[in-house]
Amino acid sequence: MLLLIARMVRACLFVAVGLASLPATAALDAALVHELAFGESDAKIKAIGTLAANAAPETAALFQALLDGNLQIAGQDQVLLVNGDTAIDVATGKAVKPLPHDRDDVVVNNRIRKQIDTAMATLRLSAADRAVRLGAVKQLQTGATEEMLPAIDRALEKETDAEIKELLSLTRASVQLTSKDKAARIAAIHAFSESNNPSTKTLLLGVLEKSGDAYAEPDAEVRAEAEKALRAVDSKLATGDMIGRVFSGVSLGSILLLAALGLAITYGLMGVINMAHGELIMVGAYATYIVQNQFRKYAPGAFDAYLLCAVPVAFAASALVGMALERSVIRFLYGRPLETLLATWGISLFLIQTVRTIFGAQNVQVENPSWMSGGIEAVTGIVLPWNRIVIIGFAGLVLLAMWLLLTRTRLGLFVRAVTQNRAMASCNGVPTRRVDTLAFGLGSGIAGLAGCALSQIGNVGPDLGQSYIVDSFMVVVLGGVGQLAGTVYAALGLGIVNKFLEAWSGAVLAKIAVLVFIIVFIQKRPQGLFALRGRTAEA
Amino acid sequence: MMGASFMPLAPVAGPRLLRLLSPGGWSFYVAAAAVLFVAFPILHLVVPADSALHLSDYWVTLIGKIMCYAIVALAMDLIWGYTGILSLGHGLFFALGGYAMGMYLMRSIGHEGVYQSDLPDFMVFLDWKKYPWYWSFTDHFWYAALLVVLIPGLLALVFGFFAFRSRIRGVYFSIITQALTYASMLLFFRNDTGFGGNNGFTDFKRILGFPIAAPQTRMALFAITGAALLGFLLFARWIVTSKLGRVLTAIRDAETRVMFSGYNPVYFKLFIWTVSAVICGIAGALYVPQVGIINPSEMSPANSIEIAIWTAVGGRGTLYGPVLGAAAVNLGKSWFTKAFPEYWLFALGLLFILVTLFLPRGLAGLLARRKTP
Amino acid sequence: MSDATILREQWDDPVASGARLLSEGVDTSHKGILYLDGISVSFDGFKALNNLSLVIDAGELRCVIGPNGAGKTTMMDVITGKTQPDTGTAFFGQTIDLTRLSEPEIAGAGIGRKFQKPTVFEQHSVYENLELALKADKRVWPTLRSRLDGVARDRITATLETIKLVPQAGRLAGLLSHGQKQWLEIGMLLMQEPQLLLLDEPVAGMTDDETLRSAELFVSLAGSYTLIVVEHDMDFVERIAHKVTVLHEGSVLAEGSMDDIQRNEQVIEVFLGR
Repeated sequence: MLLLIARMVRACLFVAVGLASLPATAALDAALVHELAFGESDAKIKAIGTLAANAAPETAALFQALLDGNLQIAGQDQVLLVNGDTAIDVATGKAVKPLPHDRDDVVVNNRIRKQIDTAMATLRLSAADRAVRLGAVKQLQTGATEEMLPAIDRALEKETDAEIKELLSLTRASVQLTSKDKAARIAAIHAFSESNNPSTKTLLLGVLEKSGDAYAEPDAEVRAEAEKALRAVDSKLATGDMIGRVFSGVSLGSILLLAALGLAITYGLMGVINMAHGELIMVGAYATYIVQNQFRKYAPGAFDAYLLCAVPVAFAASALVGMALERSVIRFLYGRPLETLLATWGISLFLIQTVRTIFGAQNVQVENPSWMSGGIEAVTGIVLPWNRIVIIGFAGLVLLAMWLLLTRTRLGLFVRAVTQNRAMASCNGVPTRRVDTLAFGLGSGIAGLAGCALSQIGNVGPDLGQSYIVDSFMVVVLGGVGQLAGTVYAALGLGIVNKFLEAWSGAVLAKIAVLVFIIVFIQKRPQGLFALRGRTAEA
Repeated sequence: MMGASFMPLAPVAGPRLLRLLSPGGWSFYVAAAAVLFVAFPILHLVVPADSALHLSDYWVTLIGKIMCYAIVALAMDLIWGYTGILSLGHGLFFALGGYAMGMYLMRSIGHEGVYQSDLPDFMVFLDWKKYPWYWSFTDHFWYAALLVVLIPGLLALVFGFFAFRSRIRGVYFSIITQALTYASMLLFFRNDTGFGGNNGFTDFKRILGFPIAAPQTRMALFAITGAALLGFLLFARWIVTSKLGRVLTAIRDAETRVMFSGYNPVYFKLFIWTVSAVICGIAGALYVPQVGIINPSEMSPANSIEIAIWTAVGGRGTLYGPVLGAAAVNLGKSWFTKAFPEYWLFALGLLFILVTLFLPRGLAGLLARRKTP
Repeated sequence: MSDATILREQWDDPVASGARLLSEGVDTSHKGILYLDGISVSFDGFKALNNLSLVIDAGELRCVIGPNGAGKTTMMDVITGKTQPDTGTAFFGQTIDLTRLSEPEIAGAGIGRKFQKPTVFEQHSVYENLELALKADKRVWPTLRSRLDGVARDRITATLETIKLVPQAGRLAGLLSHGQKQWLEIGMLLMQEPQLLLLDEPVAGMTDDETLRSAELFVSLAGSYTLIVVEHDMDFVERIAHKVTVLHEGSVLAEGSMDDIQRNEQVIEVFLGR
């Protein structure tokens, strides 16, 4: 928005400067100005194009006057630029006083208006500001006419910015495409085939369009060239699409993984079915929100670093809530999974309402730190946002940390011992109840980390957790209970499959298809992807 | 030789139907019928509106609604309380029954919609020119009534067959049913699905030619719902006191022993699961004309899990328990949402926790403990 | 009259035993009732059964012994359809391929199984437990319509007497003692009228007196039934065994009379580690 206003202000300034310089020189081609003022619509349009291509310094002011209705004609050949009571004869540059009585407005219809807009864009092509030039070339893309080609060519010669340069040559090509000269059309098509821009495809398809029996392009040779170019463009676009889709699949997968990793501990290892897991994610997200607010209030200078501080806070907040739940409710329901399910659902309702009471039912704003906004453009049109890239990396780190914790530390050893044989572990002096609490706290804390990550890409509201609970249980079910590797594969697999189906059938149908797939899959492998088989698995 | 103290399942004179309830049970049953079919209609239709005894529209709708919920809780009890399978997808069957009835009600609106078209307003809005194929014949009440039974029944049959066959049980089954209703909700939210998207069906005008808002029509719907509730209570009683009922409880307690005794649990579960789904569908069909709206939020996972809590509050494994539970929770809800709307979720959440922790046998368990101190 | 003779008389009674034929539904024309051939089962690389072959004759009482992890329970799992063997065949009589049937189908074909840990329907009365086990059409619809007739009631009563639970008939099975649950489970097996009974540690947790009576019951059943008994209690095995099979590391180590087994060098080595 701000950018747009700035651009408009700049454009106005530009025009004002042009107008001020008008009386001094009269370099406008008088014949063209005459055409512009007295000609028919087609002639006017041609004149506008040529005037723009000549790019005399006064052209901009002239066009602006035409748009504002300040260009008038008097008698047979006088063209006046009226400004209140005064007027300037455009051909001579001299003031005319008094104003003639038989003045008439120069007729401007919408077609002409559009041509003027485009023409003014060609004038802006030589502006010093890159943003203005970029805006101009984007405008030209849709409206440039053959008369403006010289202006575009000049701009192309002078232009140093790669992006603008490419857009310019595309614009040039799309103008050439309408040329009567076959060679020019073929040259245009060649230019297209080398481009990475998605819009070229539409232009090429336009060439091949057929209305009735007649092709839009009469020449078969040109059509053949266009088909060849289309194939080249298509394959480039397909690669871009593929990269984009795989990326968003991996991104969704990493989010599912974060949401499901905590469950892999609480449900997978401990067998506690925690329906409030989603709400623990929400707690993490709100913890991030609070940290963000504190930074904004007390350390606005270090705002970009708030996320680093939010990660441990989110972990701690959710872990504490989780441990409190384990101590107060879940502990008494071990071995009764269905009751646990209902009680934890109750807990989830309770947490949702608590958050609503404290923070309100509306979503709250969590802002990305500046280093996480924006993205890198992998291919033209495919931007990989930084926040998603960071989350993928973050999910990997959490996974690694969790793996290390479970396999390399004493707590991990205890957790594994207790989940395998509670009585035996207890006999060997493992404090099983404390291990339960800690393990549950760990799982909950990871949910908090998921919440912290989610706050960077989506809305943070009291219902945040509800939307992830079904998905994350699906991941654990698909991956197989008690299997870290299974959880990882299931999360990434589901993410990617989901995104590919989405492109093919829409988001809702994709989701349904995935659920159906999981139900069918469990038919074949009731124990999930990575199953334990044998007498112990049944028990 | 045989101990005189025991005579289980000893033959008693009379057909089995009469023996379904004890004499005390029957008198209670008849009393309930009298209240539903005689007292309430008189209080609502005959007693003048300004009298203190008048039963207001609000209460007729609320009690009618609660009776539908009680039927659902009863269905849930058959599958959860007796067979030990916790379904978190019963809201789906309820909603499907409701939608089937809703299709008929939508078509009964005729040209009285906002756009006065042959099609329901939402289809006009989507610029559809004719009814999609699955709306065929839904203008006939009996066909819609058939759908009320068939759609939930077939879905339950197919889904149950695959789930039970692959021995998905316990929490796994619960989660999969939750996913099922969640997916269906997403599907019904789409406008393109052809069931009115977010808004669902509403603004019904008449049912079987009778104006749907008229007090007599409402009372008739109320009485039919009451009859359905009483009927399903007897039906459920018939099932759970049969040998099949004992097999179901046996599946709940020791499924492997059932298998090694020569019963195939898959078919027994499938039977009760489908029966339960159909009962839910019928409850949904009775609910929609009384409440006047059906939309996809009925399929939300939260709704289905709430059904479980009605049953749990009332007491699993008894038949009057769920009815009691559905009534208690929903009366509490309508009071709470009026008095302290913002605290209802706290109350519901606490109810979930407290019932599972401290009241595993529900209100029915409390009552039984009172009786036998 | 000793207890054993009473038992035998009851079970020979045509009403009490349902006038059953030994080889009803099962082709035992070649004497054998169960053929296991080359059965292997492995769990995550661990071979629970390794090329196990075993033939049981109709009417036999076979004891199977072996150290922990020898594959005794897995063998029963394979016979009753709970576990699919990786390789090998399992035939019930000459014609019934057990590897193709589900658990209920195998139970219906005439194989009854008692678990190591007694599994009865704890929320049902003893009487109802027996009623559920009763041999009948066990499909859904017939079960829904089923009524107990006089013959069935007599059979339940007779079984109650056999398992000495007449006074407890109306009690919930969950309230029985461990030994009583074992007996109830055996009673349920008898109600199924199987041709082959698999008994996994049937006397574990029983008092000496109960163990003694179990031994008498099993001996009396042999002949009209075929029994496979897995047991750790060597005294018990010695009391009832005609023929003993020793399993070790998933295959048969030795087979023969109790005396043969006790003299077998390999068996001594495995059991006593000499």
